Amino acid sequence: MNLTLKIWRQPNAQTKGKMVDYKVTEISEHMSFLEMMDVLNEQLINKGEEPVAFDHDCREGICGMCSMFINGEAHGPDRGVTTCQLHMRMFKDGDTITIEPFRAKAFPVIKDLVVDRSSFDRIQHAGGYISVNTSGNTQDANAIPISKHAADEAMDAATCIGCGACVASCKNASAMLFVGAKVSQYALLPQGRIEAVDRVKNMVAQMDLEGFGNCSNTGACEIECPKGISLENIARMNREYLMANVKD
Amino acid sequence: MSVLDSKVPKGPLKTKWTDYKNKINLVNPANKRNIDVIVVGTGLAGGSASATLAELGYNVKTFCYQDSPRRAHSIAAQGGINAAKNYQGDGDSTYRLFYDTVKGGDYRSREANVYRLAEVSANIIDQCVAQGVPFARDYGGLLDNRSFGGVLVSRTFYAKGQTGQQLLLGAYSAMNRQIARGKITPFNRHEMLDVVKVDGKARGIIARNLVTGEIERHSAHAVVIASGGYGNVYFLSTNAMGSNATAAWKIHKKGAFFANPCYTQIHPTCIPRSGDYQSKLTLMSESLRNDGRIWVPKSLDDVKAIREGKKKPTDLSEDERDYYLERRYPAFGNLVPRDVASRAAKERCDAGYGVNATGEAVYLDFASAIERYGKEQAKIHNITNASAEKIYELGAAIVKAKYGNLFQMYEKIVDQDPYKTPMMIYPAVHYTMGGVWVDYNLMTTVEGLYCIGEANFSDHGANRLGASALMQGLADGYFVLPYTIGDYLSHEIRTGKISTDSPEFDAAEKEVKEKINFFINNKGSHSVDYYHKKLGKIMWDKCGMSRNAEGLKEAMAEIKALREDFYKNVSVPGNANELNAELEKAGRVADFLELGELFAKDALVREESCGGHFREESVEIGGEQAGEAKRNDVDFAFVSAWEYKGEPADAVLHKEQLEFNEIELKQRSYK
Repeated sequence: MNLTLKIWRQPNAQTKGKMVDYKVTEISEHMSFLEMMDVLNEQLINKGEEPVAFDHDCREGICGMCSMFINGEAHGPDRGVTTCQLHMRMFKDGDTITIEPFRAKAFPVIKDLVVDRSSFDRIQHAGGYISVNTSGNTQDANAIPISKHAADEAMDAATCIGCGACVASCKNASAMLFVGAKVSQYALLPQGRIEAVDRVKNMVAQMDLEGFGNCSNTGACEIECPKGISLENIARMNREYLMANVKD
Repeated sequence: MSVLDSKVPKGPLKTKWTDYKNKINLVNPANKRNIDVIVVGTGLAGGSASATLAELGYNVKTFCYQDSPRRAHSIAAQGGINAAKNYQGDGDSTYRLFYDTVKGGDYRSREANVYRLAEVSANIIDQCVAQGVPFARDYGGLLDNRSFGGVLVSRTFYAKGQTGQQLLLGAYSAMNRQIARGKITPFNRHEMLDVVKVDGKARGIIARNLVTGEIERHSAHAVVIASGGYGNVYFLSTNAMGSNATAAWKIHKKGAFFANPCYTQIHPTCIPRSGDYQSKLTLMSESLRNDGRIWVPKSLDDVKAIREGKKKPTDLSEDERDYYLERRYPAFGNLVPRDVASRAAKERCDAGYGVNATGEAVYLDFASAIERYGKEQAKIHNITNASAEKIYELGAAIVKAKYGNLFQMYEKIVDQDPYKTPMMIYPAVHYTMGGVWVDYNLMTTVEGLYCIGEANFSDHGANRLGASALMQGLADGYFVLPYTIGDYLSHEIRTGKISTDSPEFDAAEKEVKEKINFFINNKGSHSVDYYHKKLGKIMWDKCGMSRNAEGLKEAMAEIKALREDFYKNVSVPGNANELNAELEKAGRVADFLELGELFAKDALVREESCGGHFREESVEIGGEQAGEAKRNDVDFAFVSAWEYKGEPADAVLHKEQLEFNEIELKQRSYK
């Protein structure tokens, strides 16, 4: 198929960006979206032009590195996938595809489609851990039985890949699905309960400091999340946060 | 030829590590605060090592090319992690895990290292549970296990099909705790481009800030390389696009010996390639072989009909299918080790039985598992006379709970529903057992320079068993390196801060900058990927699942010629002082173009078949094992450690003889 691409080009954070049109031809429906981008870049390099910078790494939907906003949706029109798992069979011959970076105050553009998501790391530094030493002198792994239900629910929350699609999809650029998922994973496990009060307070404080917005229960994040992280995690974080502050 | 000193401590195997730890030198907490350690790579090995070293009190700097340590490619490991917990009471023990790993590695690993690995394996699970890693549990609330290839027990712990992700996020959380304390300084979007040696000791690195292009100097009392494997030398592999050998190769060029580069794991269950534009291959976890049965049609007519779309795989009756692994290896069946399963798939496809358009695919079928689970569920739920539909529905639900995310991934890529039609799979490059040579302390042949995880060579011999990579990465990082590096650093307490203002740093930085400027100014006619793809094709065709002397010699010559062409004609657009993905790739491919040649040379020297290295000249001729790989313990029971001498073809071979005191060397039979 032949396609027109409208791509956000921005040389660096200091320079204003703009949309630029490109044409690609003979795109196979079996290609992944990023393989289509590879074809474009190979074409640009051969013409002596600068290829489009975009983040990508594992190309199997788990590292969370790829981050494009395609036709107005984080990771494009398919559900439950990252951009690297999006296949060209989702598009038609002659389509025009708009490709932008994830946009949020807390995700400044580095170049073209590459954004800086280190704000997510800083939220994790604020409390995304259990304070246990890694020296190996812990108790036996089966010493604390955990109900299968709680373990499965914690696992569902823990599958978050930290891509930032939730933020990019949210009209408030809120990171509450991301933070809620981490808070929930630990809140659901006995190991995590011990520090639950401080954790939720510290992570929420850092989230606010980074300039992420609040949640207004629209649910776009849940729809666009490639891992299907549930809105229940936001509700759980709110409960945890409320309880933590009541205890003060 | 010199003899390499593996520094394996004396004494009985079972108490070696404990005795050694008891006598090792320690650094007092006040002195640790004055000692700096650099860790390159933040996957399971690097992440766990940096967290533990920081917790002990050292000042740690971590480097990764990704935008966050959490994205290292350990995250993509699916199936699980082995540990000799014997929670299932099925006869597992430290000794059995040790034995299985040595045997699985085709008797080409170091006994003492593997025993230590098996010994600390159980601790890893305790540690990860304490960190909040949500492993799968059964209804009683205890941890669940599954089976992996090459073993007869269930010792694999898992978190759905995302075990690597959960373990890495555990290590990342431990790192975050230390980052919050200021004990780890993370340098993300940074790439190490050289190691700096002062008076023969590793004293720092030169790194490029991938956002600004700035070349930075970082000093330390010891440097740890945890940069993963070199599978991307094949261009197409299950590795991440950015996975590279640059850190490992640069230290090789500065004196670290490179061991067994020809030991590569070609994983049997990957999604087959669909076209020339393919950028990477996707693994389908080995855990699928617990329940999936591998087959091709018995008749070539059926193969043809399937390829032409006239028949569907589900049209073939049981009698018309060749479950070739069950046929050839009745004892292990579909759970033979990876190298055996991959070669068997290649054998069938080479004979013309491949089931897709390219002729490079076999079926992995879940129909029997769905029926078996369905019947079991019907019993559990007291449904008598359940219809076939009901049984299917109940069975599919169990399969979904076990492998749901893998099935979804397959469907998204291939556009077929694996609950209804068998998956198509084919082997793909996955893991490299070879790597930087290290001694028992995980130190390379350069003092103060360590190498851990997939980047080193030590524990898997010529073939790695499933779910053992995660085990080794975390064992090295959490439980081995933090002890052994202390022994070295105990001699560094009087050294003081290491200056980056020295002739050695000047020289290393100059060399790095010159290389970058060369690429930017070369203005050639071909992209970096053009060369990478060509290299990959040579590697796959001549250093792939089976190798012969003639092909390997050709590969060496072809890679050398390709490298020369690369330096003449490669084109790198953009500038050095900005985010420039092509420039990053150019440096990595330049290193692959050297490593590939050494790989072929190593494969040529090893005139035996062992593990992932299959030489067509070395096969069993007669008897029950006819056609199977033939190992040669008399001439080749050694580790090949290569010393850099300029051109890869001039590398000098050093042999570390492998001694087996606990295990009797046997033919690795899975029949």
